[in-house]
Amino acid sequence: MLFMLLFSRQGKLRLQKWYMAYPDKVKKKITRELVTTILARKPKMCSFLEWKDCKIVYKRYASLYFCCAIEQNDNELLTLEIIHRYVELLDKYFGSVCELDIIFNFEKAYFILDELLIGGEIQETSKKNVLKAIASQDLLQEDETPQSFFDDHGLG
Amino acid sequence: MYPYYEQDWSVLPPENNRRFNPAFNMATIRQAFTEAVERVRMPTPTRLRDLIRQIRAARTAAEERAVVNKECAYIRSTFREEDSVWRCRNIAKLLYIHMLGYPAHFGQLECLKLTASTRFTDKRIGYLGAMLLLDERQDVHLLITNCLKNDLNSSTQFVVGLALCTLGAIASPEMARDLASEVERLMKSPNTYIRKKATLCAFRVIRRVPELMEIFLPATRSLLSEKNHDVARNSSDTPDAFQKIVPNLVRILKNLILGGYSPEHDVSGVSDPFLQVKILRLLRILGHNDPDASEAMNDILAQVATNTETSKNVGNTILYETVLSIMDIRSEGGLRVLAVNILGRFLLNSDKNIRYVALNTLLRTVHADTSAVQRHRTTILECLKDPDVSIRRRAMELSFALINAQNIRTMTKELLLFLEKADAEFKAQCSSGMILAAERYSPTTRWHLDTQLSVLIAAGNYVRDDVVSSTIQVVSSSPVPEQTYITNRLWEWLQVANHCEDKQPMLQVAVWAIGEYGDLFMYGANEDEFERPTESDLIAVYYKFLTSAQVSTTSKQYALVSLAKLSTRLQQCVEEIQALITSFGSHLNVDLQQRGVEFTQLFGHYKHLRPPLLEKMPAMQISRISSQNGESGGGSFDDNSPDVIENGVEGGGGGGHSLIESNMNTLGDNTNILLDLLGSTDLSAGGAGDLVAATDLSNAVHKKNSRNANDVAAPVSNNQDLLDLLDLDLSAPSSTTTGAPAGGGGGGGIVALVGDNNQSSAANMNNMLGGLDLGGFGSGLDSSASIPTNGNDLASMLGGLGAPPAASAPLAAPASVGNLIDGHAGSLLADLNPTAASNNVAVPPQGPRLTALDKDGLLVQLVSVRGSDCMRIYMTTTNNSDNTLDQYLLQAAVQRSFQLQMLTPSGSVLPPGGVITQEMRVVATSNATLRMRLRIQYVLDGQQQVEQTEVSGFPEQQPAPAAAE
Repeated sequence: MLFMLLFSRQGKLRLQKWYMAYPDKVKKKITRELVTTILARKPKMCSFLEWKDCKIVYKRYASLYFCCAIEQNDNELLTLEIIHRYVELLDKYFGSVCELDIIFNFEKAYFILDELLIGGEIQETSKKNVLKAIASQDLLQEDETPQSFFDDHGLG
Repeated sequence: MYPYYEQDWSVLPPENNRRFNPAFNMATIRQAFTEAVERVRMPTPTRLRDLIRQIRAARTAAEERAVVNKECAYIRSTFREEDSVWRCRNIAKLLYIHMLGYPAHFGQLECLKLTASTRFTDKRIGYLGAMLLLDERQDVHLLITNCLKNDLNSSTQFVVGLALCTLGAIASPEMARDLASEVERLMKSPNTYIRKKATLCAFRVIRRVPELMEIFLPATRSLLSEKNHDVARNSSDTPDAFQKIVPNLVRILKNLILGGYSPEHDVSGVSDPFLQVKILRLLRILGHNDPDASEAMNDILAQVATNTETSKNVGNTILYETVLSIMDIRSEGGLRVLAVNILGRFLLNSDKNIRYVALNTLLRTVHADTSAVQRHRTTILECLKDPDVSIRRRAMELSFALINAQNIRTMTKELLLFLEKADAEFKAQCSSGMILAAERYSPTTRWHLDTQLSVLIAAGNYVRDDVVSSTIQVVSSSPVPEQTYITNRLWEWLQVANHCEDKQPMLQVAVWAIGEYGDLFMYGANEDEFERPTESDLIAVYYKFLTSAQVSTTSKQYALVSLAKLSTRLQQCVEEIQALITSFGSHLNVDLQQRGVEFTQLFGHYKHLRPPLLEKMPAMQISRISSQNGESGGGSFDDNSPDVIENGVEGGGGGGHSLIESNMNTLGDNTNILLDLLGSTDLSAGGAGDLVAATDLSNAVHKKNSRNANDVAAPVSNNQDLLDLLDLDLSAPSSTTTGAPAGGGGGGGIVALVGDNNQSSAANMNNMLGGLDLGGFGSGLDSSASIPTNGNDLASMLGGLGAPPAASAPLAAPASVGNLIDGHAGSLLADLNPTAASNNVAVPPQGPRLTALDKDGLLVQLVSVRGSDCMRIYMTTTNNSDNTLDQYLLQAAVQRSFQLQMLTPSGSVLPPGGVITQEMRVVATSNATLRMRLRIQYVLDGQQQVEQTEVSGFPEQQPAPAAAE
């Protein structure tokens, strides 16, 4: 996987994870292009598009679009599974996740993604293991700062 | 925030206070104290969630920008003040701001400071920031490499995990090199959590720096033998060193499929699809071009292919990967058929993604396994009607790949249906694809023509130019009855309303065909009881097109040329055509105007040239280099065909023909024209065929005229033939010039050229020269004296002289004056050269004839003629043998005191009885006797022949004009 983007139906970027080194300007350009291309697609169209020298796989969950760029010989269908797995994890972690959860706890979303994927390759296929790792790290954090650092306003 | 700093933490009872520590010592108190002081000094920064809330509350972009700018300014100031307490929170806020698209690079160094902190929260946010903010800038990377190195050696597994994760995301080549050994060590860690991360990290390291692969190989090998679900997945680009693990992998995969239920790794009933896919992929890489490995895999692949459940996406994912693997390795034929059948089943799947994937894969495999794919043809054609554009596009491409001689009829029928309904973006590609397919596989000409026509109609204006040109080419190379047939069909379609607007390419082809085959169309054999229009109907339709605002300029160009052609094909309506064409002489579009003016000339002065110029085009050669898309192929041809005609007209009869000759290989009418010109030259020369007499006359004129006149004659007479012509004309000037209506001396001659049209252009040119000579107007002669000695420049001179009268000529509309002048200059030029060339052939120059070589039927003769400043030597080679000589080449050398210039020979092939002429010019720099050495090369029956000879006895070089007396 080359990168993963999460953005809303309004085209607002919610999460970006780059596994390739692009200059900032290029990242912004790619994001802009993809967001407009994907938002312009109709729901009955399929989830894949060929874009430059890679393939884009995207899927919409409620108001959020999950969009991954993969290489030519990667399995598109499997990428859909990875996206779905990530959504499941978020859902388990936040408890029926919604866009607001990801906006306000974007760092958590990143942490979960980092436990699922490393360098764009899937790392842990067991949901339980991922959540366990995240939970113990959260605990570690809480141990240093008894009241969790960020959630002082009760946005879990 | 930190409870230390909350006002009330100390009042909590110890059991409620998680930070209560009985070992509360002075050091902690001191730390708490300093931090409290610091906190008092600085106001508490906004909390992350508050900032997010604020930003989200902003109603306009400007408002949001204001909030962000304020916060950024604040964060910068805290960075400057080295505030370590709130750094973590500030970076978190900065990351949010960064995601909104604002610049956040100033936080890079702060991220690194965070990662160096001992607190896990700091590290977590710090590495997150590093992954988001860092690019591959070297200075920062050195710092982070150090941090990573420390953390990779940490005792906390999560810290190591963070470091590995970061390395996996942002490793630059330098970093990869520096940290490779650490990663390798961690791959052997007993801790699975770390081992997995390290393995994937190693994967990234190898991708960045492939030569580091070596150090990872042993570790990878041992990992693969583990039973752990995920560690095995490291490897998609590991090399041939892994050949022997194939059985291992097969075993793992088998266990996965048949093995016990492991709920953790299960995705809707399929055990660990991620791992399965990876293994399949690895097998694919290993089995590629390796018969032994492929053999070992056949079984398990078949098992996967049959045992996987297909009701869910997951199952299909695995099947898809299996199919890819089967296609890529050297698998058995049966397995391949199974794979294609799986794809065929995919095509019927209700999930559009799976249909798309199937089409895509079929497209990739169609060339390897056409027959297997053919079986799913109907399903693929069904996909042409899919609501999803991408699927339709793939299906279309696949359909084109599937067309062959057997199914072309049915496929074309389906594709035509598709083409009619297709979106605009498909039409161009689809029509070009169909034309290509039809070209390759069409069973009959009739069918081919019908298909071309249907495509043109279905695709309308979206057709690319290559389709037009290819259709024209197909029509032109068809037998005559087919040409009549398609012209009739095209005419029928032209009658349908609206077609001239939405189907311009069809219109172009139609008018081309009607123009080209007008005689067949109107008066040829009428086999299919076609109802022919009357000539005036036909002209009326043309009138409609040519005056319609909806018809494009290109179409009008086609129509205009076609109309000109019709003028020689029709029997009654020539005047109407002329009127219509003439009306374009003042058209606003320059190109149409030019055509209008030029064609008008063909109804006027050059009437006799019209039929031969507008002859039917010969069958066109297929010179298509076009790719599948046909983007570059046809266009050039398309441009050419009208141009050739245009040039022919522009040249006024002569020059354009060499173009036609070279482009279209029509020698026939070209020769006719030349003969025409020659004929009229003879006529104008009257009885003065005797060249000696002509020379005499010339000299007489030279004598009579002033020195100036001599100067004019001299450059002109460089070309002996021209001199002849000039002389010939001088013999007749009394009639021509006096007959010219305008009285303005030499100018009259020029006006006569423009206005007078009874003589051929060659004769006209002579007229003009004659006029100049006789009129003897001084300045013109002076300027002409400096003209160099070749014919082209002569023509330009004439063009220049011709300008003023042309400007005053009544027939030119103001805008077209430039064109006209150019046109005339061009035509003069054109007249000059062919005339000269033809005279070379037809009238051998007079003078002492030397035989250079007479051997084996090859006769080389030289005739020398003295010019004013040089001697001209005409070499004539005649082939009296029964063999054809190819690549004939004459080389000549003279002494140093002479300068030799050789002009282009008239040819290089000597058929039996053939003649090649070549002109040489020799200038003497001293008073020596000219000798010439000749070397003659040719190829006879594939054998290179060389003859050498020396010639002398040329007449002595003397002051030019007087000598001939």
